[in-house]
Amino acid sequence: MDPECSQLLPALCAVLADPRQPMADDTCLEKLLDWFKTITEAGSSLLLLQENPCLVELLCHMLKPQDLSSRVLSFSLRLTGVFAAQEDCFQYLQQGELLPRLFGEAGPLGGAAWTAPTVRSGWIQGLRSLARHPSALHFLADCGAVDTIFSLQGDSSLFVASAAGQLLVHILGLSMQGPADGPPSLQAGDWPACAKKIVGHIEESLRSTATPQITQALNVLTTTFGHCHDPWTRVLWVRLSPLVAGLLEKDPVPAAHSLVDLLLSVARSPGLSSSSCGLWETLAQTLSRLSPTQAGPLALGILKLQDCPQALRAQAFAVLLQPLACVLKATAQAPGASGVLDGTVGDFATVDTLLPSKAACVGLLCRTLAHLELLLPLPQRPCPWPQAPLLGAAVTLLQLCQGSASPTSDTGHHLCALLLGCVRVQRAALDFLGTLSQGTGPPELVTEVFAVLLEYLRSPDSSPTVLKKAFQATFRWLLSSPKTPGCWDLDPQALLFLRELLPVLQKRLCSPCWEVRDSGLEFLTQMTGRWGGQAGFRHALLASEVPKLTEQLLRDPESYVRASAVAATGQLSSQGLCISPASPEHPGGQQKSPLSELLHILSTDSEGFPRRAAMHVFTQWLRDSHADVVGDTEEFVAGVLQVASQDLDWEVRAQGLELALVFLEQTLGQPGSPCPYAVTPPVVAPACPLAQALQPLCRVRLFEFAFRALFDCDRPVAQKSCDLLLFLRAKMASSSSPQEARSSPDVASVEAALQRWQAGDQAQPLGDLEPEVVLAVLKSMDLEGLRGALAESSDHVEKSPQSLLQDMLATVGILGENEADCY
Amino acid sequence: MKLYCLSGHPTLPCNVLKFKSTTIMLDCGLDMTSTLNFLPLPLVQSPRLSNLPGWSLKDGNAFLDKELKECSGHVFVDSVPEFCLPETELIDLSTVDVILISNYHCMMALPYITEHTGFTGTVYATEPTVQIGRLLMEELVNFIERVPKAQSASLWKNKDIQRLLPSPLKDAVEVSTWRRCYTMQEVNSALSKIQLVGYSQKIELFGAVQVTPLSSGYALGSSNWIIQSHYEKVSYVSGSSLLTTHPQPMDQASLKNSDVLILTGLTQIPTANPDGMVGEFCSNLALTVRNGGNVLVPCYPSGVIYDLLECLYQYIDSAGLSNIPFYFISPVANSSLEFSQIFAEWLCHNKQTKVYLPEPPFPHAELIQTNKLKHYPSLHGDFSSDFRQPCVVFTGHPSLRFGDVVHFMELWGKSSLNTVIFTEPDFSYLEALAPYQPLAMKCIYCPIDTRLNFIQVSKLLKEVQPLHVVCPEQYTQPPPAQSHRMDLMVDCQPPAMSYRRAEVLALPFKRRYEKIEIMPELADALVPMEIKPGISLATVSAVLHTKDNKHVLQPPPRPAQPTGGKKRKRASDDIPDCKVLKPLLSGSIPVEQFVQTLEKHGFSDIKVEDTAKGHIVLLQEAETLIQIEEDSTHIICDNDEMLRVRLRDLVLKFLQKF
Repeated sequence: MDPECSQLLPALCAVLADPRQPMADDTCLEKLLDWFKTITEAGSSLLLLQENPCLVELLCHMLKPQDLSSRVLSFSLRLTGVFAAQEDCFQYLQQGELLPRLFGEAGPLGGAAWTAPTVRSGWIQGLRSLARHPSALHFLADCGAVDTIFSLQGDSSLFVASAAGQLLVHILGLSMQGPADGPPSLQAGDWPACAKKIVGHIEESLRSTATPQITQALNVLTTTFGHCHDPWTRVLWVRLSPLVAGLLEKDPVPAAHSLVDLLLSVARSPGLSSSSCGLWETLAQTLSRLSPTQAGPLALGILKLQDCPQALRAQAFAVLLQPLACVLKATAQAPGASGVLDGTVGDFATVDTLLPSKAACVGLLCRTLAHLELLLPLPQRPCPWPQAPLLGAAVTLLQLCQGSASPTSDTGHHLCALLLGCVRVQRAALDFLGTLSQGTGPPELVTEVFAVLLEYLRSPDSSPTVLKKAFQATFRWLLSSPKTPGCWDLDPQALLFLRELLPVLQKRLCSPCWEVRDSGLEFLTQMTGRWGGQAGFRHALLASEVPKLTEQLLRDPESYVRASAVAATGQLSSQGLCISPASPEHPGGQQKSPLSELLHILSTDSEGFPRRAAMHVFTQWLRDSHADVVGDTEEFVAGVLQVASQDLDWEVRAQGLELALVFLEQTLGQPGSPCPYAVTPPVVAPACPLAQALQPLCRVRLFEFAFRALFDCDRPVAQKSCDLLLFLRAKMASSSSPQEARSSPDVASVEAALQRWQAGDQAQPLGDLEPEVVLAVLKSMDLEGLRGALAESSDHVEKSPQSLLQDMLATVGILGENEADCY
Repeated sequence: MKLYCLSGHPTLPCNVLKFKSTTIMLDCGLDMTSTLNFLPLPLVQSPRLSNLPGWSLKDGNAFLDKELKECSGHVFVDSVPEFCLPETELIDLSTVDVILISNYHCMMALPYITEHTGFTGTVYATEPTVQIGRLLMEELVNFIERVPKAQSASLWKNKDIQRLLPSPLKDAVEVSTWRRCYTMQEVNSALSKIQLVGYSQKIELFGAVQVTPLSSGYALGSSNWIIQSHYEKVSYVSGSSLLTTHPQPMDQASLKNSDVLILTGLTQIPTANPDGMVGEFCSNLALTVRNGGNVLVPCYPSGVIYDLLECLYQYIDSAGLSNIPFYFISPVANSSLEFSQIFAEWLCHNKQTKVYLPEPPFPHAELIQTNKLKHYPSLHGDFSSDFRQPCVVFTGHPSLRFGDVVHFMELWGKSSLNTVIFTEPDFSYLEALAPYQPLAMKCIYCPIDTRLNFIQVSKLLKEVQPLHVVCPEQYTQPPPAQSHRMDLMVDCQPPAMSYRRAEVLALPFKRRYEKIEIMPELADALVPMEIKPGISLATVSAVLHTKDNKHVLQPPPRPAQPTGGKKRKRASDDIPDCKVLKPLLSGSIPVEQFVQTLEKHGFSDIKVEDTAKGHIVLLQEAETLIQIEEDSTHIICDNDEMLRVRLRDLVLKFLQKF
């Protein structure tokens, strides 16, 4: 601890011990505790206490009967724990009887302060920190803490209850580590008393009829098996598994969620799953005993396991598929039409009992779809994967929600009534359908998929979120549609679909709901990015009104839509799909080019999003050597940088630097670390002298932009500019430029101007800069220092411990005098 | 209680309820779908329509070719359009005491009823209903009268000939009763019989029942009705909406505890959600206009058009349509737009509060002010000079058979750039378009029907819990085109009773009580006796006086006083002066205790037999039997009066007297 802090500490301890001076802000106490943790981790706690006796005084002070704030009491308990984590310090505090008096019955335990959850929490956390060495175990046994922890498992505060459970796990683990003479025997009878006591308590809880107690026991075991994989855990499981299996005999199965967690935790534990301790049988039994809602997460967990018997996996998969099989069966035109799913299901009755309630039905279906979606990309997903029936189920669900399915059974009619217009199921099913696009399916089913997607895109009742998902799923299915080898265009069937889709997209782009227009534009951008170069797509798109509508949406009243329209226009223009100014439809030629449209948006739009989008498009255009840009790149870059430098939105300015960097790279060659996998070799730096190469950069006033950004009030902009200039300087160093930094009057005046800029006065422009001047200025600047300063977070000064102590004292000291002072 | 069903159209109902000596007609809807069988009435001579070929029978017989014309495979009557009236033969309509109107769409047959059936009663409706109803009738009369048609076809209506015609003419019902449109004079006379009412106003009908209109949330001034007596309550729900549009919200609470709920006027397009349809409407409108096309919206001059204009008000700027003119053409366009602004008290809360700002409740005022919306009484006159394309035209009639819309269909039908958007759900758009085929213009069907859908009905019924629900038969089964949609029908317990046109329904509902008032002096004289905690009885002798369906118990006339003596009256004189009455008995005889009592009094050899109605106690020795039933006790013994009296006294011990 530095001396300044040592000096402040006594005063602070006095403040903390004084009940008349309450701490208004308990985040200070948290920070203080963090600080002490850092100190004790780095050095001796004992020494710390000896050097700062005020700390022990503070702790002793807590023992006096008085009206102390519960926060300070809780803090002190936790602080004690932090100190006592080191055994010598523990002994030191023991000598003073401080520990038993703080944590034993004589302490806050049982007193009035105990009613505050924060004190109970502090007590637990104090013990949690303290329990690090065998001496602590004796202490815990002597002061009867374990019994208190047992009772705290059922605490009214969830935080306290959960912490109590974790503390038990910690103590159990600590006691099983054993004394210095080696770990205890694996025979449960020889276990240390403390471990025996805890295990006994768990056993008793598992035998209990009260669900909360069973839940507590299961949670403790889950944490134990999740965190500790020592051999003794296997002994523990062998001993407790009959009790756990016993829970399955009860009807209904108590604490099902916790039971699932425990079983999965055991199954994942490397020491346990491979051994033959009846785990797989228990899992199989649990799957069959739990309701479909409860069994779903267990089934998913089992299927995610790396090594588990095939039969169990099959059973788990069947459980997971059960609800969808039920849907398929209820709507199947002919028996057996649900395909693979049909044979896998044994227990329709359970699912049928769930269907009468809308909430249960929707919840179960959404969870099932989410589980399957998680499972699909995993390498250990079940094989063979029932792609076709799942596709059928997703399509059927979507049809049921839309009212277009024709159920054949009463269950089907019931399902239809429950799911009609249900947005949750629609969203989940569309997501799932999108994920299924990774696989193939029978052609007639794929046709159905496109039909149902089109139905959703067309339906006036599709909510904006559903529509967005429908667009996403459509894109994914179009991506996966079969391709002719060597041809990247859409296949004929997809092109037919596209012809039906474009009128729908047209209508959606005119929707009164801005979210719909927005997602329509995003979809268009994605499609154009992927197929914009292909003849079939181009033909269909150009025959539609979509490009024209996109251009009109650049003037949409909603800024998000304008931003999406900017992105879409950028993409369309890159592919040459924008309506050309001199198209026959606009003989007057009044139509502006996309470049001038976007520049107009960049310079006049009142909202940030469209301007940011325009900058992104410009950067991309520059990168891709867009036709409109290549004509006069310098004019383009100069124009954009000039507008961007005056933008109030820092992201626009930062994006301006990105554009500057691209231009820089193109002018000077690739950056220092080209992509190692790049096929083309990096462009060789121009052979001409650096100063000459910098000419174009000077002409576009890139340096003025970069220097201005270097002193930007927004840190990310300044950092980006700093990186850019450092990159340039690195270039300078690598090139064997003969130029020497000259101390010309120009350099001096630029440096003076930059100093003024740094001080905040950016009124004066730098004027025309010569490359040599730029190089000289760059060389003389402490860019590394600047980068270091920028890398510090803005509150690094205020974060120091000294500042913390001062703040705490100041807050208390001036509390009565100057309440208006915020700091 | 009986319900006479005079209309088969579920949203244009006309029913008569006979309830407690009153005859109440519930709504007076006019089914105008009959006009779809007729050729359109063009405002300007249409060569296409006038040159349509006449229709001839399969055998080449062309005697109907003057009356029937063929167009694109459909046959139309070339005559003044006619309407299908409510049933007039099922009940003598001159006996109808009152007509209750729920909304302006459901009163269009009123002149036929009030002017031609001998009706002498009163019509009750709210003010906006009457005013807007008048506008609708005025528009209808105007549309038809301004295109006089020389010919009136009637030959085809002959039953033997009708059989030979193609569908749908062949299947048209009761064509002989179809009538031409009424005149403005008849409209005025009919409307003069209306008495204005306000929501929740209680109107006494002959002292027998009370009727009350409640807000139904569907249109300006639209109402549901409660018809109740002291012990019975019938709710009539017609054309209600739970959506937040311009009218006052629906009053559901007052419908609770009905014995019978008559449910009509649900949405005609249960699968179309109005919000989605409004979105479709706007999108299609913008798409057409952006491509340089015109949009035609066939509509009524009031109702949904207010909401559409409000949506467009918010939408046009965002869609870049600020420069596109909107025209509203109707003989009553001006009145409709202005009326809507003055009925503040009938509007939803939001619009009501605007009036206090003060601002016009509907934003179409601003559209008119800024010249974005222009309205004209007809195509002729100012409109022709102002007309600018591309534009959006709102005009009637939604059947496309008469009104200015006919002209626009002829004018714009040939170009695929133009679009007609159907928003009114009353007519099948395909049938409406039939006489205009072949048609190049785009047709979009966005029916906007804000009335209750089946999910809302199911919630409503759960909430108000009527004992019985009565509804048109169409609501008790899924629509024929979507027979698998079991959700598209009224689902309640007990199942709803259904009716169809020309059916008389005996409502499953018996009247059990009648309220009788008791005069104060008579009530004063009663001496109640408590026979059970909380229940007291008193006998009363009085005269029941019934007048105007009100019943009053009055003191009986006093016997004539002996003349001469001027004695002071005594209070007891007021007590009915009747002969001494035997006390009334009440209670029941517990058989076991009775037997014990008999034994105590020396009777032996007692046998008890159970019978269907009670018990028989046999006193074998005395050859006597006592029959104890729920409401009588008989002692049967052989001429032993002493024994009978003894037994009687024992029986009486168990009963209370008063």
